[in-house]
Amino acid sequence: MKVMNMVQAINDALDIKMGEDNSIVVYGEDVGVEGGVFRVTENLQKKYGEARCFDTPLAESAIMGTAVGMCAAGLRPVIEIQFCGFMYPAMNQLISHATRLHNRTRGRYKVPMVIRLPYGGGINALELHSESMEAVYGHIPGLKVVIPSTPYDAKGLLISAIESDDLILFMEPKRIYRAIKQEVPEEKFSIPLGKAKVLSEGTDVTVVAFGAMIREVQKAMVMAKQAGISVELIDLRSVYPIDKETIAKSVKKTGRVITVAEGPVSFGIGAEITALVNEHSFLSLEAPPKRVQGFDVIVPLPKGEHHYMISPEKIFYEIERTVNY
Amino acid sequence: MFEKYDPAENKIFRIIDNEGVIINKEEKAGLSPEKIVESYKQMLFARTADFMAVSYQRQGRMFTFPPNYGQEAISQALALVWRKDDWFVPAFRELGAWLAKGASMKDVFMYFMGYEEGTVFRNAENMMPISVPIGSQLLHAAGIGYAVNYKKEDKVVFTVVGDGGTSTGDFHEALNFAAVWNAPVVFVIQNNQFAISVPLKKQTKSINLAIKSKAYGIPGILVDGNDLFAMYLAVKNSADYARCGNGPVLIEALTYRKGAHTTSDDPTKYRTKDEEEHWDKTDPLIRLKKYIEKNKLWDTSEEEKLIEEYKKEIDRQFTEAENQPPYPLEDVFKYMYAEMPDELKQQMAEHQKFLNWKEARK
Repeated sequence: MKVMNMVQAINDALDIKMGEDNSIVVYGEDVGVEGGVFRVTENLQKKYGEARCFDTPLAESAIMGTAVGMCAAGLRPVIEIQFCGFMYPAMNQLISHATRLHNRTRGRYKVPMVIRLPYGGGINALELHSESMEAVYGHIPGLKVVIPSTPYDAKGLLISAIESDDLILFMEPKRIYRAIKQEVPEEKFSIPLGKAKVLSEGTDVTVVAFGAMIREVQKAMVMAKQAGISVELIDLRSVYPIDKETIAKSVKKTGRVITVAEGPVSFGIGAEITALVNEHSFLSLEAPPKRVQGFDVIVPLPKGEHHYMISPEKIFYEIERTVNY
Repeated sequence: MFEKYDPAENKIFRIIDNEGVIINKEEKAGLSPEKIVESYKQMLFARTADFMAVSYQRQGRMFTFPPNYGQEAISQALALVWRKDDWFVPAFRELGAWLAKGASMKDVFMYFMGYEEGTVFRNAENMMPISVPIGSQLLHAAGIGYAVNYKKEDKVVFTVVGDGGTSTGDFHEALNFAAVWNAPVVFVIQNNQFAISVPLKKQTKSINLAIKSKAYGIPGILVDGNDLFAMYLAVKNSADYARCGNGPVLIEALTYRKGAHTTSDDPTKYRTKDEEEHWDKTDPLIRLKKYIEKNKLWDTSEEEKLIEEYKKEIDRQFTEAENQPPYPLEDVFKYMYAEMPDELKQQMAEHQKFLNWKEARK
């Protein structure tokens, strides 16, 4: 075991898979010589050569569109879109082609592509560098959306994503890229996609979260414990497909559910989880499902961002209100 | 050739005139009489099929169809040049090229009747499906070109776009990426003068579209796209250039969409009779036929009999396409992912329950 942060864990997963499979190419803006603006692809060009890890001209639609062609021609591209806010020029290629090629050709052409996308706020960044648009992506048929919350999960989930014959959007919570360190096996291992993980068992309320919000919920849980509230924490790990069974099982036990997610609240992940809980665990509910999410606003620039970001106190406040409903 | 016909000088590469007379003796297409006659027959088949498709649509037996009438020489030039394992990345208006790459009229009819199966083109080696969003397919060609280089394969990627498509960002990005990557891609602009109703002069201030190649540091050539010989030579030289590792080429093929944009469009709203008559004189089939007659390559009086044979064959394939079993519910879900997620299995099962309920009520 080696202590790794998420950047190192993702780099390790890429390194292992590139070493195993020549059809994997890694590309995007600044991923080659520089090793990525977050250094996630560091040394990969040195180790595997410029044909396998390279910098492209600056054009996201082309990064996505050429990857569609590469998939048809038998490669397995892992592309990086440098920041969540730079994804939008590539949306046409994503929605019109990448998510459709397999269905359009009745399976003749597969799309074994991984799109790596650093996302999320709390890092005092420029405009369009702090959004959490996972709900938008979860809504696109043909896409799978994976979000790790720890270095261990990042490595195991990314290996599964690269090995999958489906198109995977791998959203990386950049706020905790280097904030969490843990022991991660150096050898290859994988974590199945579409399965949530119960991080802490509890009896009073289920909190569903993912990505950088897991750490915030865990801080809130310390306060909850002092208040005598037992929280069950579920890390979603996959926004689509969503693990309905794990959520239903937990809510049947606790009778209460809170979703914590950075994205805007309306039509978001919390809305989806609320609907699922209503459909599958309605008679177990002792309080209305609660959504602790971002406002329906544009993420403020750094001086105002603290108003937007979800704090552990806010999470604890809603936990207490839900339990006392 | 690329230096000789510099798009910056707005020179049009042409070999025969509208009367089928060779006017450019410096360039020789070098096609055998058999190839020329065979090409004419292929173009005639595509045109006959095109007319019939429009007629089936008018009869309400098929949905929207984009006719290829008037642009047959461009498809045929590609067909004469590409090898079986070369790639073709189509848009949606190059019927002859699809057929030449291995698609059947049954495939085409099925697609425009509303079956995804029709665009799988199972018998066409290395052909991408029909692409509807304008210009977007060019990036797939650049990506395939990268893969060809990466795998050190001896293949060329052919792709087409309309004149309207040259205004998209993807056109620029695809040419730029292919050029930077030295990808073996032959980009062919089918400049048929209109993007639905919008004429070329409202798409660009450039003197022509081939000149855009200069910005990417690649060769470009402006060709009479209704002149099979010129088109063939331009595509052949471009493919040879790309295959030798020199990178991409941009061809602008001047043509005219004699039909409507699609069967839902009425071109009388935006085109004049004079203009149509002017372009009628350049018709690629009429010109080639005149050449064939002048040079006595084939007795064209056989043409009508041939068209009747083609019609029979096309109608046979249409009937096959029309007599498909009902579209199964499973096919709606089955191909969304390599392996169907539980979520989709549940959605399908729930809907099946409803269908069973509905059936029981009858």
